[in-house]
Formats: sequence, structure tokens, C-alpha cells
Amino acid sequence: MLNMTPKEIHKRKGLKINPAKTCQPIGAMYASLGIHNCLPHSHGSQGCCAYHRSHLTRHYKEPIMAATSSFTEGAAVFGGGANLRQALKTMFSVYKPDVVAVHTTCLSETIGDDLPTLIKKAADDGIIPKGKTVIHANTPSYVGSHVTGFANMTAAMVKYLAEKNGHSGKLVSVIPGYVEPSDMREIKRILNLMGVRHVLFPDTSDVLDAGQKGKFTMYPRGGVKVEELKSTGSSELTLALGKFASETGAQMLEQKCDVPFQVLDLPIGISATDRFIEALIDITGASPPETLIEERGRAVDIMTDMLQYFHGKKVAIFGDPDQVLSLTEFAVNLGMKPVHVLTGTPGKLFERKAKKIIGQAAESPNVKSSGDLFLLHQWIKNEPVDLLIGNTYGKYIARAEDIPFVRFGFPILDRIGHSYFPTVGYRGAIRLLEKMLDAIMDRQDRDAPDFRFELVM
Amino acid sequence: MTGMNMSVLEARKGQVYEKGDGPFKLKCNLDSVPGAVSQRACVFCGSRVVLYPITDALHLVHGPIGCAIYTWDIRGALSSDRELHRLSFSTDLQERDVIFGGEKKLEAALLELIERYEPEAAFVYSTCIVGIIGDDIEAVCRQVSEKTGIQCIPVQSEGFKGSKRAGYQAACNALFRLVGQGDTSGISPHSINILGDFNLAGEIWIIQDYYRRMGIEVVATITGDGRVADIQRAHGARLNVVQCSGATLDLAKMMKERYGIPYIRVSYFGVDDMAEALYKVADHFQDESIKKRTNALVREELDAIYPEIVRFRQALKGKRAAIYVGGAFKAFSLIKAFRLLGMKVVLVGSQTGTKEDYEELEAITDPGTIIVDDSNPLELSEFLKEKRVDIFVGGVKERPIAYKLGIGFCDHNHERKEALEGFIGMYNFAKEVYSTVMSPVWHFVPRKAV
Ligand code: SF4
Ligand code: SF4
Repeated sequence: MLNMTPKEIHKRKGLKINPAKTCQPIGAMYASLGIHNCLPHSHGSQGCCAYHRSHLTRHYKEPIMAATSSFTEGAAVFGGGANLRQALKTMFSVYKPDVVAVHTTCLSETIGDDLPTLIKKAADDGIIPKGKTVIHANTPSYVGSHVTGFANMTAAMVKYLAEKNGHSGKLVSVIPGYVEPSDMREIKRILNLMGVRHVLFPDTSDVLDAGQKGKFTMYPRGGVKVEELKSTGSSELTLALGKFASETGAQMLEQKCDVPFQVLDLPIGISATDRFIEALIDITGASPPETLIEERGRAVDIMTDMLQYFHGKKVAIFGDPDQVLSLTEFAVNLGMKPVHVLTGTPGKLFERKAKKIIGQAAESPNVKSSGDLFLLHQWIKNEPVDLLIGNTYGKYIARAEDIPFVRFGFPILDRIGHSYFPTVGYRGAIRLLEKMLDAIMDRQDRDAPDFRFELVM
Repeated sequence: MTGMNMSVLEARKGQVYEKGDGPFKLKCNLDSVPGAVSQRACVFCGSRVVLYPITDALHLVHGPIGCAIYTWDIRGALSSDRELHRLSFSTDLQERDVIFGGEKKLEAALLELIERYEPEAAFVYSTCIVGIIGDDIEAVCRQVSEKTGIQCIPVQSEGFKGSKRAGYQAACNALFRLVGQGDTSGISPHSINILGDFNLAGEIWIIQDYYRRMGIEVVATITGDGRVADIQRAHGARLNVVQCSGATLDLAKMMKERYGIPYIRVSYFGVDDMAEALYKVADHFQDESIKKRTNALVREELDAIYPEIVRFRQALKGKRAAIYVGGAFKAFSLIKAFRLLGMKVVLVGSQTGTKEDYEELEAITDPGTIIVDDSNPLELSEFLKEKRVDIFVGGVKERPIAYKLGIGFCDHNHERKEALEGFIGMYNFAKEVYSTVMSPVWHFVPRKAV
């Protein structure tokens, strides 16, 4: 029996059962892969790096390249400085990246390696070849989650590279959030449609959704270029999509280069996408092109056509905070009742925002940050739902409670599609609607007695 | 050496050898070069892999969240009843724990979990950070054992203290604490423990069935579909049969020393090695009826699969295979299995092979075969191209590399979905090789870049 969750909820001290988050470095590694010709580097022992690469491989079904400082006991005692120097030499001579993006692990953080100094020394000693770049982010996993790691690495990109040259040329910096390559591609498409000159960073499209070309390349062609990252310092505005994943980077850019920023919700669902488009209208002053208006129209058309299947349905949503907040709003827009909303990432702000979004849509909903799936399962046992939306790990709950389940978020280890089809924007909304409807209607079909089994729905 | 120059790191030259290229020398058991995109894992990973399949024990990872997440139900180590091993328990260490220590948190977590799940024993894994902040998990385990009556066993698996191999040792030490506690009365004189099989895709059930048919009692399966109570009485068995990679070899050695139980090493992959394993065990007991039954069993099983194997062989003859696995021992069986299919092994390597492993590999491979220790993706992909490989056998990180190159792939690691052990396993393996090598999808791959 896999279902081992008791219904009664009692307080737990310092114990996570079936976690709903993972550690900072994997987020940093993912962000680093969104830089052109970049080799992510894990400053710690081998295990972490192997695990992060395996986990990302399972999610993206792509080769994930990253190097490690390969700490041994000596490094744990004397610090990892020597390992980092050796590592930089190895990487630049063998793997020839343009950029090495170093992130720490719990181990190097606890030892207290001073990376800025180590990197500077390596540069002074000529270990970093001319024209090559090394950046770093501190990513201790005992703080925050993988989302924090993504945010920290994004901030490191501007911290090391952004330059202010005074000629904005109406450039907008856009931080897309911890989303799929497909989402980043879609956000760029929308920006182009809206005529916004932009730099999107990080950008994992054409890196982690690269096609089959009959050969293996360490660095697929995508990713934001160093020159582009430099230019962010002169942009007139930063749009940070998703507070948890993107605000840190935007703040850093403001601090370093006085670029003002605006934090928006991830454009998932109709309302959040509307706000995203409105923000773009504010920037350009131009009205949206017909293409976008039509896409919105189609999404709304499905919402109205199928409203009876959504209305009043109870839904539980879990995953990364930015995604969950926008999706919860979408559920409310559809007339659903988000009764359980949970993220593993810490942050009381999440709880406040979620409650506000849910408002009257559900009576005393369960909302939690720093939660785990054991708790979510307990909630569901106490108040069952009609639909569960979250990452792969939700499948245990869906099976135990026999609930329709839509996979959404990170990681998805048992299905494909997420790296190819976006869930952001209006087109993303259409995909979400389809997935949710499929789950709900398949269930209705499965459960209907013969006399209620319908051909036309 | 052909084309090898471009891809081999200067510092790795000693860890790559092409058979026929001068006298055989291969450095191994070295630490990876810092900065290499190594495919290797850590001590914790090794321990977790070995102990994880014990299904009625609690497995608590003491550390920050990640180490627990990445080992949550990723191996298909099947259980015949309890599924406790498939949940993920973490103390999720926070900044204040790193400063003030995590012992209190660990104790609270253990007490709570033991009360809730009533496990037969608890394994507490320490991770890198625990090694640095110096939590005394041994002491916490002792206290909780006293309080609850459930044996809590610390696993000293701080990742930085070595490679996966060191983790096997730590796991064996933990297992050895259990052995010797149970009642051994009633155990047959013809009895064994199965060591080093993790019941991936239900493999240990196949092997157990063979032994049952031979008239041999299996006392403990270590650790596939493992039970604490069985392991506690494992010292009552008359022979330890240790499979493959050597993950549990240390346990067999310790049991030999303390309890005088002899051990033999076997492999259950491929028909030759499978049959040899059963014969070896039968020989050990010097019992005519066991021998008779064994002969009959082998014949029966072979007859069942042979016609199929011949069919696969016709299609696969002359195709070229590459092998990159965790432990080298498994590679021996794979080489033989590919030979049975008429295929050529042109590259073989492992993450953690020993000197003896590589010497044996050198002896059984054909001239021109490349032998590597602790390789990396760039190097592997160069060799795969250079040797015009048709199928690559490896683990999760290697799969997409093979596919990008337009090469078939077989997971012979913990993500395999089909049982590959036993006679039926050889059939499954052949079928898997056939379906990946002969798949029509390769026709759509752009002409392979030469
Ligand atoms: S030690 Fe830290 S960085 Fe490494 S896997 Fe564990 S949580 Fe992640
Ligand atoms: S922290 Fe240590 S124990 Fe955990 S995955 Fe990393 S190397 Fe392994």
C-alpha cells in the first residue's frame, strides 16, 4: 500500500514528508543553462551535481551539462579554493564554454568558501582566459528552495555583467520566471508581437528543447548572450514575471544600474496574461495586434463553451509559488473553488496573496507555504477535491484518492509536453483548459453508469 | 590511438585505454578531476542505493531537502508488501540548524516517524553538511533506539568522504549491525542469502524462484524486497551468494569473518553467467538431488528462450555496442550477453571499477575495444561516434546523449523497467536491444555527422 497518510492532522516538528520543494542549486543550474555557451558549475562534492543533472534530465529528457568541484575530505577541511582553480582550468581547456556560472552547495556554503575572492584571484592569475566570463551565485539549500536558487543565479547574471551605457534604445529587460523553455519561447513571441525590444534572461529555449540533429553538442544554440546581459544595464525597465523567481534579479539591476522594475504575476491564465499585455501596452503605447486579440478570444471562447464543467468544482493546486498563484487565479476565473493551495517554498507572502486571490471563491481554504505533500494529502482526505493540479509527485495522492490529476510545474518526470507546449499567455491558457477538461471529462465518462454515458458532451 | 586525442582530458589519459595500444595500464579509483563533467555520484548515493530496497525500514535523510528529494522513489526496487521505502523523509535542515546543530530536530523527526509508521528498524543517513556541522547521529540513534525499542542505525554517508563505492561500505556497515540478532532455528542446511540484488523490475523474484525450484532456502534477500527480520537472521544461512557490482561484497566479507559463512560471487545477467551462478550454488552444497534439479531447471529455461534468442541474433548480428555502467562487474556479463546476440562490444567503461575489474575487462574484450574509467559526456560521445556504435548501455544521464547522436539505448541501471536478470531476463534484454536498435525512428534522424 502506497497510501500511508493518516487523515488526522497533528503538528510536526522539523520533519518533511514527501517534500514539495527541492534545493537551491538545481534552480541555479537551470538558470545557468539559459545563458548562451554556458557551463554551470557546482562548487561542492560530486553527488549534488550528479543528482541535479539526473533530475533535470528526467524532466527535460535532454543532456544536462554541468561540472563539479569534486570536493573530497581535503576540500572539506581546507576549503575548496584549490578545487575551484583546478576546475576552472579543466573547464576552459576541455569544454571551452564562454561562461562558467558557479553555484555553491550546502557543503561549500557551510565551509564558507569566499567565491568572489576566489574568482577574482583566478582572473588575476590568468586562470580565466581572456574574453571568458565567470559568474557566481550563493545557493545554500538550507535557505529557500530551488526557486530561490533560480532567482539568485538570475541576479548574479546582472550583478556580474550588466553595464550602464546610457543609451537605452527603448530596451526592456524581461525575467521570465522559473518556467519551461516553451514558456520562455512564448513570452518572447508575445513581446515581439507587441513590438517590445527586449532581452529575456535566462532563456532556456533552444537549449533544453533542442531538436534531434544527429549529433551531441555541449552547448545547444539557445541562451541569452553575454552581450545581451551587458545591455540590460541600459534598459529602461525590467519586467519581473513572478515575484519569487524574478524579483531578486530585477532588484539587482535597479541597484546596480538604476533600472526601475515592475513585478508582474506569471502570465498564466486569462487575468494574469491580460495584466502582462497591459503592462506591455503601457511601455509601447501601441495597442495589441489582431493575432493576440484573437488568441485571447479563442481562450475565452473555450471558457464560456465549457463553463459548466468547471463551475463549482473543487480543486487543489500545489507547486512553485509564482505558478500556483497565477493558476489559482485562473481557477477562480473559471468558477472553480481552490480549496487547497500549497507551495513547498517558504514565504508568508504566498499565503497572503493566495488568500486574497481566492477571496470568496472558497470557504476557509487551506493555504500554506513551506508545506509538503503529506500535509496536502491530509487536507484532501479531510476535504476531497474534483481535480488536483501539480508536479509529478502529485500522482501518489491522485492515485490514493482517485482524483483526476493534471501535471503542471516542476518536476514532471513521467510525461512529456511541458518543454514543448507553453502554459503562459493565451495559448498557454488554451492548453491548460484542454488538459483540465480532459481530466475532468475523462473522469465523468469513466464513472458514468451506462444510462448516463454520453456521446456528446 | 585513433582520434582519441581531442576528447580525452590531459589529466585523464591514464584512465582511457584502447586494447592493443601497448601494454595494459589503466588508472582507476582516482578522485575525479575537478571541473570534469563527471557521471559519478557520492557516498550518500551509494548507501541509499544499497539500503533503499529494505521495505519495512524507515529511511530518514538527515540534511537539507535536496539530498532527500533526488532519492525519492527513483529506483524501481519492488516490494511484495510494505512500501515504506517509497516515501521521502527529510529533516529539511534550515539555517538555524546549520548554526546550532540539527540533533534535536533529528530526534524529534525519528520519534514521530517511528510512532506513525511502526517500522522494523530505522536508517538515518548523514549528508555532507551533517559531517561538517558535526551532529552526532550515532548518539541520537542510540537514544531513540532506547526510547522506542526500534533499532535506529546511523549510516555514515557524508557525500564528500569518497565515491559511491565508499557509500556501499557505509551501507554494509549499517546492515552488519542488523545481522546476528534474529533466531536462526529451523533454517535448512541448504540455505543461502541473496546479496547485491535490489529487485529492480522484480528481478529478485525470478532468482528466488530458481533457488526454490532447486530446493534451496533463501533466508534473506539483501536488499531487494528486503525485510529487517530476514536480515537479522541472515547469519543462519550457509552461503552468501553475492551478485555483481560488489555493492554488498563488504557485507559478505564481514559475515565470513564473524560467522564463518563462505561467499561466492555470481552474476544473473546473460544465460552463461546465470547458469553458472546456479551451478556454483548447487556445487557448493554437494547434493545430488539439488544438482539434478538445477540441470533440469537450466535446460528447461534455456529451451524456453533459445529459439527467440536465435531470431534476435539474426537481426542484430554484427551490430556494435557500447557499455558505460556504475560498477564494472556488470560489464562482464553484458559483454557476454552481447556476444550471444552476435554483437560486438567496442567501448566499455564504468564509474567506479577497480584495478582487478579492469584487468578482467581487458582480458575478455576484443582488440580495438576502448576501456574507460570515470568518463564524461564529451569523451563518451566522441567514442560513440568514432566507434560507430548502434546501441549504448548506460544510466539516466547517458540516455539523452545516445539519443541525440541517433543511437539506440538500453538502461541497465536503476531505471530499467524490464527484468534483465535470469534466463527470461536475457530474453527481455534481447528484445529491448532489438527494439531500440531496429526501431524505424532512426530513419528520421538527420544523416549522422561524420
Ligand atoms: S547537499 Fe544541498 S545542494 Fe547538495 S543535493 Fe543536498 S540539498 Fe542539494
Ligand atoms: S550533499 Fe553530499 S550527500 Fe548530499 S547529494 Fe551532495 S554530495 Fe551527496
